[in-house]
Amino acid sequence: MLNGYGSTILEGAWLTLALALSSMTLACALGLLGAAFRLSPIRWLALLGETYATVIRGIPDLVLILLIFYGGQDLINRLAPLVGYDEYIDINPFVAGVGTLGFIFGAYLSETFRGAFMSIPQGQGEAGAAYGMSGVQVFFRILVPQMIRLAIPGFTNNWLVLTKATALISVVGLQDMMFRAKSAADATHQPFTFFLAVAALYLLLTSVSLLALRALEQRYSAGIKTVEL
Amino acid sequence: MIFDFSVIWANLPLYLGGVLVTLKILLISLGFGLLLAIPLGLMRVSKQPWVNFPAWLYTYVIRGTPMLVQLFLIYYGLAQFESVRASALWPYLSNATFCACLAFAINTSAYSAEILAGSLKTIPPGEIEAAKAVGMSRSKLYRRILLPSALRRALPQYSNEVIMMLHTTSLASIVTLIDITGAARTISSQYYLPFEAFITAGVFYLCLTFILVRLFKLAEHRWLAYLAPRKH
Repeated sequence: MLNGYGSTILEGAWLTLALALSSMTLACALGLLGAAFRLSPIRWLALLGETYATVIRGIPDLVLILLIFYGGQDLINRLAPLVGYDEYIDINPFVAGVGTLGFIFGAYLSETFRGAFMSIPQGQGEAGAAYGMSGVQVFFRILVPQMIRLAIPGFTNNWLVLTKATALISVVGLQDMMFRAKSAADATHQPFTFFLAVAALYLLLTSVSLLALRALEQRYSAGIKTVEL
Repeated sequence: MIFDFSVIWANLPLYLGGVLVTLKILLISLGFGLLLAIPLGLMRVSKQPWVNFPAWLYTYVIRGTPMLVQLFLIYYGLAQFESVRASALWPYLSNATFCACLAFAINTSAYSAEILAGSLKTIPPGEIEAAKAVGMSRSKLYRRILLPSALRRALPQYSNEVIMMLHTTSLASIVTLIDITGAARTISSQYYLPFEAFITAGVFYLCLTFILVRLFKLAEHRWLAYLAPRKH
């Protein structure tokens, strides 16, 4: 299939999927942290969370990827000699990709999570506090489980954007399906065929995610009253 | 000193040229994208399946695939076909600026069409009933009532789309254009100062983003004042 490049592109597709899933895990952790910071009564924590969300969302993904991948590597190698480490440090593109995408989408998710937390009735947290739970316990036992249902639509959106943004990591040399399609296209002079195949794979990935997340949303909304207009 | 911004300072004209290229691509693609989005948005609210379905398929496919793939399909992909290379359009289709604008316009048209369709669906029924009551024809109803009202109320969401498009234009640097990102890539490779080069590009984009946010706030103040919550 595809002049014998079918299997190598499929391998790339697995790498794309692994990259997307790992980045989303990191992004969820950072997003939760960011949302907690932004909702915190401590002034400087809130300001820190706010700055993270605003600055990252104001800069294109591609620039951040280039900045963190090339700029970060350059910076590490400039800083390392200062602490007495003289060998050249080479960052693995997969690790850098996960770090970069996780960092970027953490900012977007912090916005989603913050909105979801704010939609939970105040009394829920107060009731937790009345039972003698600590702030952390209220956060993880009362607020997070209820926040998930409210965050699913925004989460779905971010997941789809992230899946598509993984294609940009090919620019810094990660051999994902986009990178492999480009190599195959250059070798065979059939760019349209290969990019169309990759487009179809991305469409498959986004369609399956959409269906799965919609089912998840229904599952989490079980027992929630809806009003018919 | 660990940082060296003197090179960036000396190359400021390159960045400023990049800002112009970025803005040019942004305006062209947003303009054509919006022109394309209006008929598509109207098709998306149609009850006729053969009108609605093609528009749905178009927006679904465009929104489900990465921008980079769409750009490569147009810029590298089309050259695969002999008939395209022989056609009268080839001088345009072999031009990076044209391809980038075309790809971005197609992309934004799909997202804007969905925004417009969403806005058309949530039009207060009273507006339509009032237009019918004064005897407006269908086309007049669309021209005078539905579209102006829907376009206005789509403004807040459209501002997000415009900012996403500003960020998307950075992909033009991958197909050799010297926009802000392209300028940063040039400087990064010429002087080997990737950190300074890209952080400067980031600052430029951040400023442009803030300016756009501000402009849309003003536009909302101008056109959506009647929907703003009452202050006194």
